[in-house]
Amino acid sequence: MSNTAKKTLLSRHAIIERNVTLLLVLSLLVVTVGGLVEVAPLFWLENTIEHVKGMRPYTPLELAGRDIYVREGCYLCHSQMIRPFRDEVERYGHYSLAAESMFDHPFQWGSKRTGPDLARVGARYSNEWHVQHLKDPRSVVPESVMPTYAFLADKELDINAIASHLVANRDVGVPYSDEMIVNAATDMRTQTDPTADSAAMVKRYPKAVAADFDGDPNHLTEMDALVAYLQMLGTLVDYSAYNPTQDDR
Amino acid sequence: MKNMNVAISISVATFTALLGAAIGRDEAFRAHMWVAFAVLGIATIFAFRNVKFAANGYSFPVEDQSKYLDGVVRYGVIAAMFWGIAGFLVGVVIASELAWPLLNLEPYFNFGRLRPVHTSAVIFAFGGNALMATSFYVVQRTCRARLWGGNLAWFVFWGYQFFIVMAATGYLLGITQGREYAEPEWYVDIWLTIVWVAYLAVFLGTLVKRKEPHIYVANWFYLSFIVTVAMLHLVNNMAVPVSFLGSKSYSAFSGVQDALVQWWYGHNAVGFFLTAGFLGMMYYFVPKQAGRPIYSYRLSIIHFWALIFLYIWAGPHHLHYTALPDWAQTLGMVFSVMLWMPSWGGMINGLMTLSGAWDKLRTDPILRMFVLSLAFYGMSTFEGPLMSIKSVNALSHYTDWTIGHVHSGAMGWVGMVSFGAIYHLVPKLWNRERLYSLRLVNWHFWLATLGIVVYISAMWVSGIMQGLMWREYNDQGFLVYSFAETVAAMHPYYVMRMFGGLMYLSGALVMVFNIYKTIRGELRSEVPMGEESIPFDSATLQPAR
Repeated sequence: MSNTAKKTLLSRHAIIERNVTLLLVLSLLVVTVGGLVEVAPLFWLENTIEHVKGMRPYTPLELAGRDIYVREGCYLCHSQMIRPFRDEVERYGHYSLAAESMFDHPFQWGSKRTGPDLARVGARYSNEWHVQHLKDPRSVVPESVMPTYAFLADKELDINAIASHLVANRDVGVPYSDEMIVNAATDMRTQTDPTADSAAMVKRYPKAVAADFDGDPNHLTEMDALVAYLQMLGTLVDYSAYNPTQDDR
Repeated sequence: MKNMNVAISISVATFTALLGAAIGRDEAFRAHMWVAFAVLGIATIFAFRNVKFAANGYSFPVEDQSKYLDGVVRYGVIAAMFWGIAGFLVGVVIASELAWPLLNLEPYFNFGRLRPVHTSAVIFAFGGNALMATSFYVVQRTCRARLWGGNLAWFVFWGYQFFIVMAATGYLLGITQGREYAEPEWYVDIWLTIVWVAYLAVFLGTLVKRKEPHIYVANWFYLSFIVTVAMLHLVNNMAVPVSFLGSKSYSAFSGVQDALVQWWYGHNAVGFFLTAGFLGMMYYFVPKQAGRPIYSYRLSIIHFWALIFLYIWAGPHHLHYTALPDWAQTLGMVFSVMLWMPSWGGMINGLMTLSGAWDKLRTDPILRMFVLSLAFYGMSTFEGPLMSIKSVNALSHYTDWTIGHVHSGAMGWVGMVSFGAIYHLVPKLWNRERLYSLRLVNWHFWLATLGIVVYISAMWVSGIMQGLMWREYNDQGFLVYSFAETVAAMHPYYVMRMFGGLMYLSGALVMVFNIYKTIRGELRSEVPMGEESIPFDSATLQPAR
C-alpha cells in the first residue's frame, strides 16, 4: 500500500519535472516563505525596538566619520554589538539595545572581533589617544595587528557635500529636520572648533561634543570626522532611565 | 557588416564612463569611472577589430545552430581559474597582514579594503564563473539543446567579468556598502541585476526548448540558485544613492531590520550560491566521472525541496544574542539544525553514487577530488548546525572558528568540486584525448587537502582559544586576559593559517600549469595512476651471470 502511495507521489513530481514554469514558480514560492515569516514581521512588530531616551541622528561630522568607518571596512574586525554575557558587559559595558542602531544605515554590528567591540568606545580614551592609535596602532598597543590610518589626517573633508548625505538619510527614514539640513555645513565646522559658539548645534544634536579632534585647528580632516564618530559611540542612551523589565522581547 | 552593433554599444558605454569621470560628484566615483573607462576602452578596441565588412551579396557563414554553444564555457573555465588564483593570492596576502601587520599598505591595501576583494573574488568571481560555465555546459547536454538567446550568453559572460572588475577596484578605492558579501555600491548592483536577468533568461530559455521530456535534477539546483540569488540581491541592496553621479548610498533599512535582511541574504549567499549551485554541479559531474547513475532519484527530490525550503530560514543564527528579537533567533537556530538532514541527503546521494565504483578512487584523482569535496560538504554541514546552537554560538561567534568553518566549506566543498569539474571538462571542451598529467592532479589533490587541514585546524584552535580567553575569570572574579593579550595569542595560528592558504594556492597553480599543457595538446608520458612509480623489473633482481 505504502508502495503505491509513493508511486503516486513520485509520478506527481514528474509533472513538475516536465514543466519549467511550474518548477520555477514552485521553487520561488518555497524560498519566499522563510523570508516572509521571519524577516517581514520585524518591520511592524512594535516590540522589535524597545523605547529608550537619548537616541538622536548623527551630527554631520559624526555621519561623515561613520561613512569613513564603513569605507575602510572597520566592521570586518570590530563589532558594535555587545552580547548580554557577564564577561562582555564587564569588558565593554551595558549590552547593546536595538534602539541604539535605529539610525544606522547600514547597521555595523559586525561578525568578527579581530579587534575589540566598539559599541561603547566613546569617551573612554582621549582624542589624542585615538589620533595616535589610528596613525600608528602599535605605538600605543604593542600587540595590535591593526593597519595604520595616518592618511586620514591629510585628507580634507568635503564640507559642501554633507547636506546631500543628510537628505539621503532622511529619504531612508532618519528624522533630519530642514533646519539640520540647512545648517549641515555650519554644524560640521562648529563641531571641530572648541572656541566657536556651539549652543545651536548642541540644541539640534543633544550631547554632541565640539573639539579639535585631530589636533590640527587649521584643517578639517577625515581624522576629525572619524574620531568624532568613535568618541560618540555608545554615549547617547541614558541607562539610568532604561528599565529592562519593560523590555518584553 | 557584422558585430557593428556590439562595437557601437561598447563605445557608447566607454564615452558614458568618461562623462562620469568628468562630472562625478565625489573623488572615489570619478576614479572608479576612470577605471570603467579604461576597461571599456580596451573592450572597444577589441570589439571594433572584430567588426567584419563584406562586399554586396556576400553573406557571412552562420555558426551551426544545431551544435552546442561551448565557446562561452571554455572562456568561463579559464576565467574561473584566473579569478581563483587571484582570490587565493589575495587570501594569502590578507592572512599575512594579520600575522605581520606591517604588510598593510595604506590606504589601498589595508586589510579592511582587501578583505572584500578576497571574499568576492573567491565566491563571486571564482565560484560564479565556475557556476556559469558548468551550468551552460550541463543545461545544454541534459536538455540536448543549444543555449537559448544567441549571443546573450556571451553578454552574460563579459558583463559578469565587468561586474567583477568594477566591484574589486571599487573596494580598493573605498567604495563599499559595508554589507558583508554584498559590498558593491548601487550602480554596480544595478549592472549585476541586468547581467543576472540575462543569465536567467538564457538558462530558462534553454530549459524551455529542451528535447528531453524531463528536466534533469542538476538543473533544478542551478535554476533555484539563479532565481533565489536574484531575489536576495534585489532585496538586500535596496538603497538610496546620495547622488546619481556619486558612489555613496544609504541602505533602505536600518539597525535590527537591516541586520536581519543582510544575514537573510548573507546566509543564503552560502545556501544558494555556494550550496545549491554547486550541488547542481555535483549532480552532473560526479555521476559522469564515476560512470554510474545518481544513487537515488527519490532522495534527490526530497532533499532538493527540503534544502531550498529550510535554508532561507537559517539567517538569524548569525545574530545570536544580539538585539534581534529572541523569537527570530530561536527560529533561525531550529531551522539551522533541521538543515543538517537535507544537507546530508545531498552528501549521501553523491557518495553512494560511487557504490560499486569505489575501486576507481585508486586510479582516478579527479574522482578523489569529488569524494573529498562531498566529505567536506558533509563535515561543514554538520559543523554549521552545531555552531548555530545558541550555547555553542556564544563561544564561537566573533572568533576565528567561524572563519575556519567558512573555509572548510569554501576550500573543501566549493573549491574541490569546481577543480574536479574543470579537470573533467577541459579535455572534452578542447577535444583532447586526456589531461596532460593525472599525476599532477594527484599533486594538486594532496596540496589542497593538506592546505585545508592546516588552515581549518589552526582556526579551530585559535577560535576556541580566543573565545575561552575572552570569558576566563580568576578566583577573585576578575577577567584574566585583556583584549590585547588575546590578540597576541593568535599570532602563531595566523602564521599557520597563512601556510595552509599558501599550500592551497600552490595546488591551484599546479592545476593552471596542467590545464595550460592540456589545452596546448601536450601529453605527459608518465606511469598511470595506481601503478608503482618505479615499475618492478624482475630482470634487475637477477644475480649477475
